[in-house]
Amino acid sequence: MEKRNIVAALNHALFLEMARDERVVVLGEDVGRDGGVFRVTDGLQQKFGPERVIDTPLAESGIIGTAFGLAVAGLRPVVEIQFSGFLPPAFDELISHVGRIRWRSRGRFTCPVVIRMPSGGGIRAPEHHSESPEALLAHIPGIKVVMPSTPYDAKGLLLSAIRDPDPVVMLEPTRCYRAIVEEVPDDDYTEPIGKARVFRQGEQVTIISWGAMVHEALSAAEQLKTEGVSAEVIDLRSFVPFDRETVLESVEKTGRAVIVHEAVRTGGFGAEVSAQINEHALTALEAPVMRVTGFDTVMPLFRSEHFYLPNASRIRNAVQEVLRS
Amino acid sequence: MTSRFLERCDPLKGEMVQILDPQGVCDEAARPGLSDEELRKLYRQMVLSRLIDRKGFSLQRQGRIGTYAQFEGQEAAQIGSAYALRKDDWMVPSYRDGAAMLVHGYPLAKFFMYLMGNEEGNRMPDDVRCLPFAIVVGSQPMHAVGLAWAAKMRRESSVAITYFGDGATSQGDVHEAMNFASVFQVPCVFICENNQFAISMPRCRQSATRTLAQRAIGYGMPGVVVDGNDLLAVYAVTREAAERARAGGGPAMIEAVTYRLGAHTTSDDPTRYREDAEVAEWRKKDPIERFRRFLEARGLWTREWEEALRQEGSAQVEAALEAAEKLPPAEPDEIFRYTFQEPTPQLRAQSQTLREALRSERGK
Repeated sequence: MEKRNIVAALNHALFLEMARDERVVVLGEDVGRDGGVFRVTDGLQQKFGPERVIDTPLAESGIIGTAFGLAVAGLRPVVEIQFSGFLPPAFDELISHVGRIRWRSRGRFTCPVVIRMPSGGGIRAPEHHSESPEALLAHIPGIKVVMPSTPYDAKGLLLSAIRDPDPVVMLEPTRCYRAIVEEVPDDDYTEPIGKARVFRQGEQVTIISWGAMVHEALSAAEQLKTEGVSAEVIDLRSFVPFDRETVLESVEKTGRAVIVHEAVRTGGFGAEVSAQINEHALTALEAPVMRVTGFDTVMPLFRSEHFYLPNASRIRNAVQEVLRS
Repeated sequence: MTSRFLERCDPLKGEMVQILDPQGVCDEAARPGLSDEELRKLYRQMVLSRLIDRKGFSLQRQGRIGTYAQFEGQEAAQIGSAYALRKDDWMVPSYRDGAAMLVHGYPLAKFFMYLMGNEEGNRMPDDVRCLPFAIVVGSQPMHAVGLAWAAKMRRESSVAITYFGDGATSQGDVHEAMNFASVFQVPCVFICENNQFAISMPRCRQSATRTLAQRAIGYGMPGVVVDGNDLLAVYAVTREAAERARAGGGPAMIEAVTYRLGAHTTSDDPTRYREDAEVAEWRKKDPIERFRRFLEARGLWTREWEEALRQEGSAQVEAALEAAEKLPPAEPDEIFRYTFQEPTPQLRAQSQTLREALRSERGK
């Protein structure tokens, strides 16, 4: 077994699946010759050729719109959008077509496309390179939305996504791309879409998070342990479908929940998680569900990024607050 | 006004306006009426811009600024076109257009502030009609069309100029912008800086057309290809397009053929996708050297003057950098201040939450 970071794990998954399934094509800006700006598609064009690993013109709506056609025709396009801040031009295609074609055509046409993109801040990136669009995407009917936070899950979820009969958007935590390294099996394995991962067992409070924030939550849980607090950490991994059972099971055990995400607070996916807990586990709650989130502002430039992004300290404070109730 | 360049130089045939050849030899019949003083001012601006750009690169390497997108090689395309504008004209740039923006009044210290991750760097002085850098490729030409349209509605004589690259021409938004501009005959000049690359993708992978300027024909506006490394040609063509638009003649598109001598940004490694020999060929067509030869031939350039320019330029760069770097660190309230004119109750509460969180973080 080889140690891999998220970039290497994704790259490995693409190599495996392109070799296994000739319907898989990769397309996007700079994905071929350059190997992708984060190098996720490095080496694929040399191995599989420019007909299957395609450098497109610079047009996000064009990429996703034509990938729709490729997918309806029976191919398995895996699209890279260079940064999630560049996704908005393609929203028309996502909302009006990718998410709807199965429904509109009564199942006659389907769109098994995978759309991958980096997501989140904390890397001193320029404007429009640090957005967290999971709630916007989860609000589109007909599109599955997943987000791994580790190399193991990145590979397993990507393989599942490519084999899924429906469109899947995969958000990749930019900050973790190279920062998280672990052993990733060489063989073909999948992780189920729609299943959360209990990352750390605990008894007194459940911290639910995703993407880069999972690692902040784990760090908070480690600090809390030294203070005698036992925190469970759940990596949601999937927004659509949402794994209600894993979340409820944990909250029913701990009686307390803190949800952490770096996306904008109002209408964030944390609100959905909180609503689900309140609808289905209210009687188990010993304290109101709390959220630690980004703010209702534009993601600031890197000079102020640390103000915006949740961190272990803020998570720890929130946990202590729910424990006081 | 009789046309000198627009509609005379056929983009379908690949014809290109050039006034200074790569050796700096001038086509005197086509030379625009710029005084010796102006010519020297333009040269000074190119030298200064090159110093700023190289400084940007080294500051990034030292960790003093964030990602930087060099414009080296594109100085003539940007400075020549920006100099053709009036102060009350609007400029709508992309992220690689610092040299054009500085000509139009963007303060150098602000440029450094922006690169240091400080939003104040995007705050234009009140008398500078320039939008902030557009980062999302191709999103900005429509804004120029709107600004130009407003001038037309208000019977004002200002025009709008927008800059975008060869990659941006693939975006649907650029098509929509050019179509609106032509349908409503707004005073807008589209400058496509064809620097041959969109990160790793060469120009030929963006469009199957012979030139990018020929697209203008499909929108019903003139399109002209100009040697983007020839400052005089860029100036003359932009001036004609701007004055034509100002006089009610409608929009035009200019394709300035140039070359991105540096990487896409400091995060990019161009050796992965292009040959050094190609870069070396374009290095020989350096727009600054070409203009220098022209000035020298006219007795307007000396080695001593060059040395003085560089010293003066370096001092300017250092002063602006110091002004940007000496600013105090960001205040947490700043991130909430500009979401709305009046903050929502939620934003007020979130600002309070942040203050408490920071107090707690400091307390540890």
